[in-house]
Amino acid sequence: MMPLVYFQILSALLFAIGAYGVLARRSAILILMSIELMLNAANINLIAVAAHKEGLGSFIHFDGHILAIFIITIAAAEVGLAMAIILRMFRNRGTVDVSEISIMKW
Amino acid sequence: MTGLFIVLSAVSILGGVGVVATRNIVHAALFLLLSLMAIAGIYLILFTEFLALVQILIYGGAIVIVLLFAIMMTRGSDYPRISDNRQWPLALIASIALAVVLSVSFWTTSDTVVGPQHAKFSDIGNSLFTRWAIPFEIASLILLVALIGAIVIARSNSEDNN
Repeated sequence: MMPLVYFQILSALLFAIGAYGVLARRSAILILMSIELMLNAANINLIAVAAHKEGLGSFIHFDGHILAIFIITIAAAEVGLAMAIILRMFRNRGTVDVSEISIMKW
Repeated sequence: MTGLFIVLSAVSILGGVGVVATRNIVHAALFLLLSLMAIAGIYLILFTEFLALVQILIYGGAIVIVLLFAIMMTRGSDYPRISDNRQWPLALIASIALAVVLSVSFWTTSDTVVGPQHAKFSDIGNSLFTRWAIPFEIASLILLVALIGAIVIARSNSEDNN
């Protein structure tokens, strides 16, 4: 039987890798991929806790799985919108480098 | 079971490192796919086969494909050399600190648990359509709004093209 803490540490490592990608990358598409990694790390955490515990506070059994389904839904919507924004950005400015999209910086 | 977990988590972490470290953006998308499929295997270890199926269908079948489309349409493979930020050592230090803090807090707060329990399709469906019915409808509305918004943002201006 696997202890819960192994899954939690795996999710912590994946979340940190995704955070590094968001902070260090300059291509908007690579930042989007790093955000997907962070969302998946959160999903692992939710599902591991939901599978290991009967309930926690006002959350009853299987609520973690439902929240993970909602996170996957939001991630799908987010990727569609972000791809539209990236395409528009590329069409208007000719680049997807976020350090050159500084029009909203004061 | 533990050996399988170690292999799958090593594959997912290596895929994640590939996403944030490789210079080629198409390779990054394929590393992301590898990492997401290993995570689907971890859902199977947790006896959550429904989430594993959803993960493979949505991430492998939709999201990575959309990302590859975005790479092709922005001609990402023509200039794969968009480098990292100048402050990447700072980002590395910050993310290592984040990993250490999260791992230590998880390690010190772990308690005795009952072990992975099987989440059947019927249990998840029952919960989704009774207790979580209203958030479920709102999620479908969010998908519709995102669809319309993506079309409005990405369509070409008619005065530009005619």
